Amino acid sequence: MPVINIDDLTDKDKAVMEVNQLKLEVKLERWLTSKCCEEMKDYIQAGEEDDILVKGIPEDKNPFKEKGGCVIC
Amino acid sequence: MRSPPIPEMATQEVQLSETLAHLKTESDTLKGKLEEERAKLHDVELHQVAEKVEGLGQFVMKTRRTLKGHGNKVLCMDWCKDKRRIVSSSQDGKVIVWDAFTTNKEHAVTMPCTWVMACAYAPSGCAVACGGLDNKCSVYPLSLDKNENLAAKKKSVAMHTNYLSACSFTNSDMQILTSSGDGTCALWDVESGQLLQSFHGHAADVLCLDLAPSETGNTFVSGGCDKKANVWDMRSGQCIQSFETHESDINNSSEADREVAIYSKESIIFGVSSVDFSLSGRLLFGGYNDYTINVWDVLKGTRVSILFGHENRVSTLRVSPDGTAFCTGSWDHTLRTWA
Repeated sequence: MPVINIDDLTDKDKAVMEVNQLKLEVKLERWLTSKCCEEMKDYIQAGEEDDILVKGIPEDKNPFKEKGGCVIC
Repeated sequence: MRSPPIPEMATQEVQLSETLAHLKTESDTLKGKLEEERAKLHDVELHQVAEKVEGLGQFVMKTRRTLKGHGNKVLCMDWCKDKRRIVSSSQDGKVIVWDAFTTNKEHAVTMPCTWVMACAYAPSGCAVACGGLDNKCSVYPLSLDKNENLAAKKKSVAMHTNYLSACSFTNSDMQILTSSGDGTCALWDVESGQLLQSFHGHAADVLCLDLAPSETGNTFVSGGCDKKANVWDMRSGQCIQSFETHESDINNSSEADREVAIYSKESIIFGVSSVDFSLSGRLLFGGYNDYTINVWDVLKGTRVSILFGHENRVSTLRVSPDGTAFCTGSWDHTLRTWA
């Protein structure tokens, strides 16, 4: 498939591309936002327990913990 | 005696402007229809649905490591799947691979151009891809032999007709997705350099892209200077969905199906250059032009923390693969990991 450089397209080409794209999008099935939000909320909450940045982690388990000092015996 | 304009040309011009006007009307009508459809379905905001969700506690996140070594602005970074290595690229023309735990530099490549705007780690951890003002995306296999000259094994994969703004490997080392100032995104076969699929639809420079996270994911989103975020089907090259914003350029994108919440606060007046979600999606991290990082609670729509440390604009931000930390790159020439 050839690569099109947008600079080579005429105004008409761009307008035609835009109209064709919009025609496609108008036909898409859409859900109520409330339904999507519920799904998003469920998705997020399902993963929260394993999300370390949300839950925190004990310092000694943190792979990025501060580098300790040296002890010379 | 003045000769009349050539009839044919005049007619063609008139026809063209009539056609353009007609197309514009059609476009406006369709846009109006889309607006209507979307408004009908927009019955609630995310934070309303999440009203009963427990708020998040105090956050104690700070810089854990500072990676110094670039000679100029850091423009991009990516994590290796091993959750400890990082690749970064800079205006100084260098691409550096770091061990983020020890802060050691493991590899360094000097690119033939400055402004290396994009870099990515291969899923296997055995290669990195990068590019920028050279209009290309090149892949460098990483050698275990520290003395080996990486530049010798360089493979040019993608060729655009303008700067490379972003690149990302797909699920394997075999394919790379790129976005460019030439207004297109493209999918390439790494081995042969062949163009597998191109994605047209943006009317101006494409600045960023992000792949959908699933294993079988076949979609990605791209954002551009035309103020649009487009969702694409990788197999067909089709734009599935397009979102228009009234803000300026879309500098960074993250896969989320719909704009259901706008994260803003009156006191924030600086633009955000880069964003990423935490592992579950509960937190959204934004790197800003005022040198800070803002942390947002995605469900509540509120800001939970501001992080300071960088001495110039934050240009790039990514959460680590296992979500234990995130890394930022800045115009102050450094990278920082936060946890």
